[in-house]
Amino acid sequence: MTHAFSPISVAAGFAALILSVPTASAQQTYERFGFAQTERGRYIAILGDCAACHTAPGGAPLAGGLRFETPVGAIISSNITPDRENGIGKMTLKEFDAAMREGIGQGGKRLYPAMPYPAFSNMTDEDIADLYAWIMAQQPAPAQINSNELKFPFDIRTGMIAWNMINFKPDAFKPDPAQSAEWNRGGYIVEGPGHCGACHSGKTITMGDKSSEHLTGAIIENWVAPNITGDAEAGLGAWEEQDIIAYLKTGANRFDIASGGMMDVIRHSSRMWTDGDLKAVAVYLKSQPGRSGKPLAAALPETDMRMQAGARIYKDRCSACHFDNGEGYPGLFPSLAGAGSVNAEEPTSVLHVVLAGSRAVATPAAPTGPAMPSLGWALSDNDIANVVTYVRNAFGNTAAPVSTEQVATARAALQP
Amino acid sequence: MRRLPKKDIVIVGLGWAGSIVARQLAETGLDILCLERGPWRDTARDFNISTVTDELRFDKRQALMVQPAQAGITVRNTVSETALPMRQWGSFHPGNGVGGAGLHWAGITWRFTPEIFRQRSHLVERYGESAIPAELTVQDWGLTYDELEPHYDAFDKLAGVSGRAGNLKGEIREGGNPFEGPRQNDYPLPPMVQTHGPKLFAKAAAELGYHPFPSPSALPSEPYTNSLGLKMGPCTYCGFCTNYGCANYSKASALICVVPWLLLQPNIEIRVNSEVVRIEKDGTGRRATGVVYLDGAGEELFQPADLVAVCGFQLENVRLMLLSGVGQPYDPATGTGVTGRNYAYQTPNSVTGFFENVAFNPFIGSGAAGGALDDLNNDNFDHAGLGFFGGGSTRVIPIGGAPISQRHVPSGTPRWGAKWKEETTRWYQATMSVGCEASSFSTPGNYLSLDPTYKDRIGRPLLRMTFDWPENDRRMSQHVVSKCTDIVRAMGAKHWEPAPIKGAWNTSPYQSSHVVGGFVMGADPSTSATNKYLQSWDVPNLFVVGAQAFPQNPGYNPTGTVCALAGWAGAAIRDLYLKSPGPLAPT
Repeated sequence: MTHAFSPISVAAGFAALILSVPTASAQQTYERFGFAQTERGRYIAILGDCAACHTAPGGAPLAGGLRFETPVGAIISSNITPDRENGIGKMTLKEFDAAMREGIGQGGKRLYPAMPYPAFSNMTDEDIADLYAWIMAQQPAPAQINSNELKFPFDIRTGMIAWNMINFKPDAFKPDPAQSAEWNRGGYIVEGPGHCGACHSGKTITMGDKSSEHLTGAIIENWVAPNITGDAEAGLGAWEEQDIIAYLKTGANRFDIASGGMMDVIRHSSRMWTDGDLKAVAVYLKSQPGRSGKPLAAALPETDMRMQAGARIYKDRCSACHFDNGEGYPGLFPSLAGAGSVNAEEPTSVLHVVLAGSRAVATPAAPTGPAMPSLGWALSDNDIANVVTYVRNAFGNTAAPVSTEQVATARAALQP
Repeated sequence: MRRLPKKDIVIVGLGWAGSIVARQLAETGLDILCLERGPWRDTARDFNISTVTDELRFDKRQALMVQPAQAGITVRNTVSETALPMRQWGSFHPGNGVGGAGLHWAGITWRFTPEIFRQRSHLVERYGESAIPAELTVQDWGLTYDELEPHYDAFDKLAGVSGRAGNLKGEIREGGNPFEGPRQNDYPLPPMVQTHGPKLFAKAAAELGYHPFPSPSALPSEPYTNSLGLKMGPCTYCGFCTNYGCANYSKASALICVVPWLLLQPNIEIRVNSEVVRIEKDGTGRRATGVVYLDGAGEELFQPADLVAVCGFQLENVRLMLLSGVGQPYDPATGTGVTGRNYAYQTPNSVTGFFENVAFNPFIGSGAAGGALDDLNNDNFDHAGLGFFGGGSTRVIPIGGAPISQRHVPSGTPRWGAKWKEETTRWYQATMSVGCEASSFSTPGNYLSLDPTYKDRIGRPLLRMTFDWPENDRRMSQHVVSKCTDIVRAMGAKHWEPAPIKGAWNTSPYQSSHVVGGFVMGADPSTSATNKYLQSWDVPNLFVVGAQAFPQNPGYNPTGTVCALAGWAGAAIRDLYLKSPGPLAPT
């Protein structure tokens, strides 16, 4: 399973909380919240996709234990059930709020920004309170989660104070009165509980979000989390609002099928969003400016030797499913023509798919869940460089050619 | 033996039949367990487009078939012989794993015609009781085409079948099969592309007065979204269907047409590498209490259940009934007993034509794209005075130009060396066969039983097959082959080699995996093992679904009918049995 976290965002989320010394006893029982508030909180938890990271395969819901291997060590998601010993059952609303919106756990411990508190700082008081009510109403699970296995110096949580000074300004989402209520709702979800930028925004050298690359794509665990702005070439320009809605609701639309980290987002979160929220998010994303000023590469001419070789490999290995025109078949074979992952500046995703294969999400609305076979064993680095270069410069695509060295590097990175 | 928590329904085998039964029962909300003997299969992993055309692995070494060491059979031609084990599959190819034999099938998807379901009644009505040869145990199925038609229709939409209707609600349509039973709907997809061989066949056949039409095919002619919302890619005519899995989600199988949907149903669990070794019954012998199976670690487990649906391959279904003591074993000496009775096969016939100045491009092929005619099948021609009943579906379906197998040379050619190479090169582009997949009638002497000598790895007797071609079918074979020879001649062949059945049945060359009968359906408990709902007469909470239900085999590939029967049986469990558990038909 792939988990969409940036390398530092490896960190443990609530792990800090369970290690911290409990503060004054807070008798928290869900009876005091009532049905309406916990129901609202349930939906906030869906918008925030809490379950994807805080539930291990086969484990109790929200009991944590999902392991993230990272370049700086392993991290294991925390138990956020209201278990008083091993979960967060002793937290007050105020402490919960500090964790969610400031990254400060109980006893002042700093959370790693794998727990996307910079995004959650945009959330409203009401949503935080509702989410708290819902979490406290869940069944406590006694799972004891060991904390992170990060290497020095990343294991020192006070390092996050400096990180926060550089990268984090707690700030509520400010509605734009010039925009529609729908746009503002979409913005709130994208920037707040939905924490889309955690994967889709470019990162600074300290792995904070880069404001100039807001939602314009980033590389996460050998995948490109693509540009999801309205940018005509690099972003979702070709996607109508209905395409974005279909993708988030079913996992598939006429262009693409979700794979990689988006599978978890769709499975645990967006397929259960209300139609109104799906529309709002689509409207907001379409309105986001793209990466202006970056000239597109010109497509390589067909006479280029790499294109000549790549075209032949494509015909042999790819065209049976993606067709000669690169358009594939919606919901089964993703279109390569105009695809963000194919045209991305970095060929990370397309190399990942060709080398290692990929499996798409299956949902009740789009149950097929097709998979791309791995061709890494059958094609040399040079063959893959040629066919990927071809795919990036055929069917109307324009993207930089891919070198044999890039394929070799990608192949090495994908070795288990 | 460890006893597992009870399930409402256990389905044994997850090929076409098991997956369709599971699909029919899914919406009851009952707790359903599917047990599959073989491994999990996955299109991208197991049928990777860069390995799927490995002829040595899949065709010669039989990678998708159950290994005889796990579930072999013994064979003999007559009761006077001692049966010997088949140590390598030849004549037929039983499957294994999720998808079953329906993973490596060809995709030819027939409906049986209305008269087939009342085979004995039909022949008696037309030719009189006395015309039926004593050597044939021909009988009716106990259900009608009209009852089954909605399930044929459902399978068309599940598998994305391509073709052209010849009989739409009673209206005979040009270009389809005029002999087929009335269809409520046309095929969901248009016919596949016809290559040069089938075109030549259709032209010649029409000139001879026959009624050619495109072969019905479960390889989609166009991209398709099936009735469960599952997507299928269009066939690429790569020429690797029979004995292969499909790389690009084209050839219909349980793996792409049903199982992904089952995986999303919260009340359905699938366990692979789980080989059911017997059905357990209570003290009365009239109620199944569950199944005993071996899990992947070899542990024997008891899985209790309220209802058991056995949906394996025909051979294993019959063996499981014999091993579990369901129904009285058939005794050829007395003609009594039903379990193992009326085993039948499919009579293979062909005529290979050798042409000049032609390039058939045989590498463009598929398991089911081609031309067919039904004029020589069933009772579509008058059998009075011919000395036999039956016939076959006649067709030209170029299945591909696989490098090891597809090397037709005229008989008399050396089997190796320079001359063989020369002839191979000469005829590769210039050979085309007309095949006739023909009927196989049941007889008192052809049957299935447990072998007294040979046992499997856990000490269970192997299934023993006693079979030879009946005289009726030998005569039929001579007849249809002579007609096919006329067609090959009319196609312009310079030389042809007819291949009717000759001598005793031989297990060695592949003929077809269309083994049928042995636990047949019917209206009379003395000649059938299940009623028309495929419910065991003796054990009413046991249903047995598959080609073992065919009382005899008509001249068609069986898969379409197996799948329609699975839909029919699943619907009967859901709509009749669960509402009022007990026998669904009067004994």
